[in-house]
Amino acid sequence: MTTQTNRLPAGGIVDRSRVLRFTFDGIAYDGHPGDTLASALLANGVTLTGRSFKYHRPRGILSAGSEEPNALVELRTGARREANTKATTAEIFEGLESASQNRWPSLRFDVMSVNSLLSPIFVAGFYYKTFMWPAALWEKLYEPAIRRAAGLGRASDSADPDTYEKATAHCDVLVIGGGPAGLSAALTAARSGARVILADENFQLGGRAIDDASEIDGQPAAKWVASAEAELSKLPDVRVMRRTTVFGAYDGGTYGGVERVSDHLASAPAGVPRQRLWKFIAKRVVLAAGATERPLVFGNNDRPGVMLAGAVRTYVNRYGVKPGHRAVVFANNDYAASTVQALAKAGVEVVALVDSRTGPSNEVTAIARAANTRLISGGVITTVKGGHAVKGVVVRTADGRSISLTCDLVAMSGGWNPNIQISTHLGGKPKWDDALSSFVPGALPPGMTVAGAASGALGLGDAITTGSAAGASGSAPVAKAVNESTAITPLWRVNDCSGKSFVDMQNDVASGDIELSEREGFRSVEHLKRYTTLGMATDQGKTANVNALAIMAELTKKSIPDTGMTLARPPYTPVAIGALAGHHRDKDFKPSRRPPSYAWSKEQGAMFVETGLWLRPSYYPRAGERDWLETVTREVNTVRNAVGIVDVSTLGKLDVQGADAALFLDRVYMNGMKTIPVGKCRYGGMLREDGILMDDGTVARLAENHYFITTTTANAVKVSQHMELCHQWLWPELDVQMISATEQWAQYAIAGPKSRDLLRNIVDKEFDISDAGFPYLAVGGITVCGGIKARLFRLSFSGERAYELGVPARYGDALIRALMKAGEEFGVCAYGSEALAVMRIEKGHISGPELNGTTTAKDVGLGGMVSTKKDFVGRMLLGRPGLVDADRPSLVGLRPVDRSERLRSGAHFVARDKQVTAANDDGYMTSVAYSPSNGHWIGLGLLKRGAERTGEIIRACDPVRNIETLVEVVSPCFVDAEGEKVRG
Amino acid sequence: MRITCPCCGERALDEFAYYGDASVKRPDIASPTAMADFVAYSFDRVNAAGPHRELWYHSAGCHLWLVVTRNVANHEILNVEPARDVARATQQLPTPGRGSA
Repeated sequence: MTTQTNRLPAGGIVDRSRVLRFTFDGIAYDGHPGDTLASALLANGVTLTGRSFKYHRPRGILSAGSEEPNALVELRTGARREANTKATTAEIFEGLESASQNRWPSLRFDVMSVNSLLSPIFVAGFYYKTFMWPAALWEKLYEPAIRRAAGLGRASDSADPDTYEKATAHCDVLVIGGGPAGLSAALTAARSGARVILADENFQLGGRAIDDASEIDGQPAAKWVASAEAELSKLPDVRVMRRTTVFGAYDGGTYGGVERVSDHLASAPAGVPRQRLWKFIAKRVVLAAGATERPLVFGNNDRPGVMLAGAVRTYVNRYGVKPGHRAVVFANNDYAASTVQALAKAGVEVVALVDSRTGPSNEVTAIARAANTRLISGGVITTVKGGHAVKGVVVRTADGRSISLTCDLVAMSGGWNPNIQISTHLGGKPKWDDALSSFVPGALPPGMTVAGAASGALGLGDAITTGSAAGASGSAPVAKAVNESTAITPLWRVNDCSGKSFVDMQNDVASGDIELSEREGFRSVEHLKRYTTLGMATDQGKTANVNALAIMAELTKKSIPDTGMTLARPPYTPVAIGALAGHHRDKDFKPSRRPPSYAWSKEQGAMFVETGLWLRPSYYPRAGERDWLETVTREVNTVRNAVGIVDVSTLGKLDVQGADAALFLDRVYMNGMKTIPVGKCRYGGMLREDGILMDDGTVARLAENHYFITTTTANAVKVSQHMELCHQWLWPELDVQMISATEQWAQYAIAGPKSRDLLRNIVDKEFDISDAGFPYLAVGGITVCGGIKARLFRLSFSGERAYELGVPARYGDALIRALMKAGEEFGVCAYGSEALAVMRIEKGHISGPELNGTTTAKDVGLGGMVSTKKDFVGRMLLGRPGLVDADRPSLVGLRPVDRSERLRSGAHFVARDKQVTAANDDGYMTSVAYSPSNGHWIGLGLLKRGAERTGEIIRACDPVRNIETLVEVVSPCFVDAEGEKVRG
Repeated sequence: MRITCPCCGERALDEFAYYGDASVKRPDIASPTAMADFVAYSFDRVNAAGPHRELWYHSAGCHLWLVVTRNVANHEILNVEPARDVARATQQLPTPGRGSA
């Protein structure tokens, strides 16, 4: 076991009283609660953490936050293994297993680092230039090889064992970021009585005040942060959410957040999700997301041991860790000089402060002198020596001399970029700030204020002042603190370096790639981004974009704002798909609706099929039956010869009432509904306004001003919405009301020659259901089973004598049991959606495959129903030239010439003497079934000029299965063409 | 995006279903130019980047159809009215007499 050799004897806010053991690449280490994986690794002297994406260069820890491009690791093992996690944000826990990525066979010896030698071909645009020919090799050879060589971590192959949740929270003020500005804003907002949510991505509040060990109100920042948090936690209506990243701004004051509820634990406690996706609805938002430090661009600036200067302070001050023993600080601004102080205080020798500015301020000079550090004004680092770790640097002085310095740590600072991302998510363009040499927020989303470093106010005092005012307008600062000097003179890149100067470390884009992109004409930022892949990694170029833009501006001799800015898009940091999915996975992906006969059908061993959200019984297998076809054939034969029962409750049902109900339905249906006598039903079709058939179903007139209509199962919601539109928008003057009654009625179809006999056993005696008293298409209110109110409809989908019996849904389960019992003496069977489909195909009735949003009433043989005497939705456009073209495919029946052959739906029709080409396509088979009544397969199809082609032999070609069948065009009705059976 | 339903109050987008342009008026079938009128009514759209009057349905709520005035360039919602009130006020349709068809 390695001890924590680089842990300082004191300092930081980790809990030194407890030790947590974890492993990295199989080696065990110690850390403390409060450590990230990065701080714990640095405490143990581990600086090499991974290999880069493209060149497999050794990489270490660059930052101390969510902007980290390099130290991406795999956490955990097995089903919980997660790739590309930032070591700088991952909290350690007892037993954490972590591993480096993108290396083989080991991190120190990586075979693919040969890519580095091949770097001349891996330059910008190499995907477009290399591997171009022969094209056939791209898919088979080049792409898989590139993907193997250039990649990052491995996701687990197993299903995610954890659960995720979604939640919504409303507030008056959402504060994004819990640093000094955010805490100040939350305090003033909360004190003014507002409902406040404060969210910070970190597990520790305080932001840079903690990282810099600053003083607030004359006391250590950590103390002030603790007291602020204590006050907030006592105030009503304030919610402080740590480990919660607000990742995106959306319309209407909606913000997306992800709370890492259990990521810092070995596994989520029972009943607790791994992560929770939040939708925050905020009247006002204070964006106090801080700022991200920019790297400097010089030779081998990616070596393990080259870190951001602010991150170095964070490791020293917050974690009590020294990231090296001999340091060189390289900066273009005053603020970075505080790193010299922090390192000196921690006992790290600071060999030199290389300040690219020729005239550093007195403050910087004083700091260097106090730390006994050599100040090299006007100097730059041209290269870093060392491979797996920093061994030294070469400095070019203001007068052009080269100096070699030995060190194991380089702390660099190119200035700070305000974290403006969320202010730009709705399209607000950022503005360039010359003094800051960075972008600051421009036009803001409605209700947003920006405070602290995110607004460009880098100093601690300003953060508290702007935060306090942003929380409640006019508020005085909640605390006192001084402003650090943040003066900067930009240095965008060091020229004449030796070794690659990286700009985007995660995607391995160097300054030379930007130069190449410019030479080859890809100069706009959008082209630069796509040509070099700069900014397109999982960090969205947080440390890269401004440097890249500035280099391109230098090359094209334009100003930075004229060069442009690529806007950030949500999410601010990557969000797990699991969190976005929440509970909606596996069987809970969508809700399930169960028809009233579900429990009984389950007892019978029925097989179920998903129809939209419904789980419908598809067939009821019995012992000894070999396959579904045998079962379905038995069910069809039982209906055709005796009686069967099917649950049709899933059909959409609408109750329509009002003095104008008849007139309204006349305008919604293509056929007349006003003329239905009370106590009768009629089959009807509805069109879309563009003339296409939308849905079909039955309309029953229960009373003069009371109709009850059914829709197909699939279109129930669509039809209800359509009819509400027709009423509320097109004809609001009509006196009509409607409501869905789909779930209020359990409805069974009882079909077959013995159906009336069965019904006689349960319909109460006083109701006449003889053919004279209750003929085909009759409807009426009755009672069953001794007084249960019910509705009886004489309707048939199967072509047999048939009834539909509806009872209030709560009687649905009892009714199926009663019906089955009542039918025992007639040999009744329950049948499912499969047998239902077979019988409707035998009768040539249309269903989903024919009602497919491209067919007209005429196409499917219902042209005769279309009224010419009234206005109705679709009436006019039904006559569009394209919809009345005689060449249009229309509904036909099909049977195989060789009756033993099976038909396949989807097969395309080609005339017998024509070649099988798309140009000769005459339509396709929409529905097929084995017809027990005919003893062979039958089909329905849409065939060009179908009506004229009865008797013709055509080819049904199925190129997917490579089957061609000769079929004969026949009438779509295969059973009882005269329709005598339905009448009894 | 959030829509304030006149019946239910402010609700999230996922409770609503978008339908389309609310500025078009269903033509009179008896007009000599009825076919051209219906083609325009069904298919011709302006698609301007700015305020747009459009129909939304509160499908997971009260089932009210709404005329929402929304700036399609930035999703700002400028106004929400019940569609039937708009229809009544602007006489969307020539109303055939009751009982005639």
